[in-house]
Amino acid sequence: MKALRQIQKAMRRDRQFGLMHSARDMAPDVSHGELLYLEDLNLSFDGFKAIDDLSFYLEAGELRCVIGPNGAGKTTMMDIITGKTRPDSGSASFGLNIDLLELSESEIAEIGIGRKFQKPTVFECHRVIENLELAMAGDKRVFPTLFAKLTGEQRDRIDDVLGIIGLTEHAYRDAGALSHGQKQWLEIGMLLMQDPLLLLVDEPVAGMTHQEMDRTAELLRSLAGNHSVVVVEHDMEFVRAIAKRVTVLHRGRVLAEGTMDQIQNDPKVIEVYLGE
Amino acid sequence: MGFIRALKGDTGGQIMLFLLGLVAIVVPILNLWVPASSPWYLSTYTVTLLGKYLTYALLAVAVDLVWGYLGILSLGHGAFFALGGYAMGMYLMRQIGERGVYGNPELPDFMVFLDWSELPWFWYGFDQFWFAALMVVLVPGLLAFVFGWLAFRSRVTGVYLSIITQALTYALMLAFFRNEMGFGGNNGLTDFKDILGFDLRSDGTRIGLFLASAAALALGYLACRFVVSSRLGRVAVAIRDAEARVRFLGYRVERVKLWIFSFSAALAGVAGALYVPQVGIINPGEFAPLNSIELVIWVAIGGRFTLYGAVLGAILVNYAKTYFTGVMPEAWLFALGGLFVLVTLLLPKGIVGLFARRKRSTAQPADVTP
Repeated sequence: MKALRQIQKAMRRDRQFGLMHSARDMAPDVSHGELLYLEDLNLSFDGFKAIDDLSFYLEAGELRCVIGPNGAGKTTMMDIITGKTRPDSGSASFGLNIDLLELSESEIAEIGIGRKFQKPTVFECHRVIENLELAMAGDKRVFPTLFAKLTGEQRDRIDDVLGIIGLTEHAYRDAGALSHGQKQWLEIGMLLMQDPLLLLVDEPVAGMTHQEMDRTAELLRSLAGNHSVVVVEHDMEFVRAIAKRVTVLHRGRVLAEGTMDQIQNDPKVIEVYLGE
Repeated sequence: MGFIRALKGDTGGQIMLFLLGLVAIVVPILNLWVPASSPWYLSTYTVTLLGKYLTYALLAVAVDLVWGYLGILSLGHGAFFALGGYAMGMYLMRQIGERGVYGNPELPDFMVFLDWSELPWFWYGFDQFWFAALMVVLVPGLLAFVFGWLAFRSRVTGVYLSIITQALTYALMLAFFRNEMGFGGNNGLTDFKDILGFDLRSDGTRIGLFLASAAALALGYLACRFVVSSRLGRVAVAIRDAEARVRFLGYRVERVKLWIFSFSAALAGVAGALYVPQVGIINPGEFAPLNSIELVIWVAIGGRFTLYGAVLGAILVNYAKTYFTGVMPEAWLFALGGLFVLVTLLLPKGIVGLFARRKRSTAQPADVTP
């Protein structure tokens, strides 16, 4: 069965081959409206099923929240999408045509999937503006990077992003000197510099004050539409503030999917998660 | 010129290069034109010693580039230095010609002694200076490239990488000790006569080598500055601090490491090649693991993450070494160890950290200014 699917996959006419195209030139085919397809994913660590027959679809331009108790597989799902972890079986594709399981982490970043980590990891020794410069989409091979100069256009782009994330005044400060919330925004800014089609945002408001949370919610809402966004978050209040659709994961499977109201009234969800 | 712009904002480097230029003018005058009876006279011995320090300083810059800016603690840079030295030594051996003890025009003395009848293939071409000069850069560079390709691709980092680099230099030392390797075994290569036709014993040649070392240090420094002040340099520092994050930005971390590591190794090779004609000998002792550790200490003492700090550290520590091993040789290793402990505890930024204030909040980097 598995072999048959492999053959089927190899025979698809719309598939782009790695040999013929570098990752940079690939664009996902979203003619069916979906940007991300995860189908029948399975992954176990030492017998523990972290991901169990997980299927997940994301529309282009959608803002989706993923919630679930600890160990539900949220972060592992992100790891699979970004190529950090490979599933034991199943398929993951970006648009109809790009098989994510065949690309390396840096290739996945190049085709337009950006990720913000749980712990903000900005480059503390670099200034805010340099952090954005490094994250900028462009030729990232060694020698072009050695001789790279910032064009006026790129400089404008950096200024735009500085405005979006509200760090214009802090552009020349070392990133290490920023507050926790500012670091989180800088991370989101770094994602935006990559011009991603899909943003994966892991726990953006952990440890934030209420004001910072409100600003983050506003920021993420403003990104949807131009980008597809997946937000993994524990904070229910925050999820309610931003999400149109919510997916609940439990033990590596999708437990429920729908609007926040539907989710909150779903007895299965109440039992495993909200009821705690 | 990109190289000149690379000095922008690098006050320490400007001072260092200015002093280097000054020394390069004053030393030849004091040696060649001041009479030997004058108190200002600088002996040729001292000139050679200074030249040696300059080659060490270049080596330290190479180490600082990979350690301070890329986070790779290489404990094997002595190997690249020694390989560059051997390439130069092979050229100098071939220049001896018939003037060797055995008078064989083709074979170096140690080969005649070992009863070899012809020159091994890997000695071909070393009678040409250009070929030897090419090998000085290529051999250490290629070794570092192959080594780095294997190590970085398997994502070997941190202390594990340090240990394999240490093993690399140790393995090379054992190999070069063997007579069958064809590099003079235990005794190494020595008894050099002349370089490019100039007598190695004459004051003029010594000054020439000293000036070549100063020029190599200045150019090597500028090249490293160019790298660290480019966007690639900022990527390198980012890799040092958060490697996984850089990978997710789409940079190929392995390749960045590979190229900078190989460049640094080639630079170490150049330093070795200038070192050998000045000290007059190269033997497998240069591969000793202790040497590689010592040069990391120079960088730590001078100040990691500032290239001029590495220069300062190399010169200061080696001056102290010359002094101590003259006055009380048995105390030197204790002094070095003590210095290292003190600097690590009290001056994590090295000696330059004492007077270098971080000017980052006011100065702006070269290519992100509007």
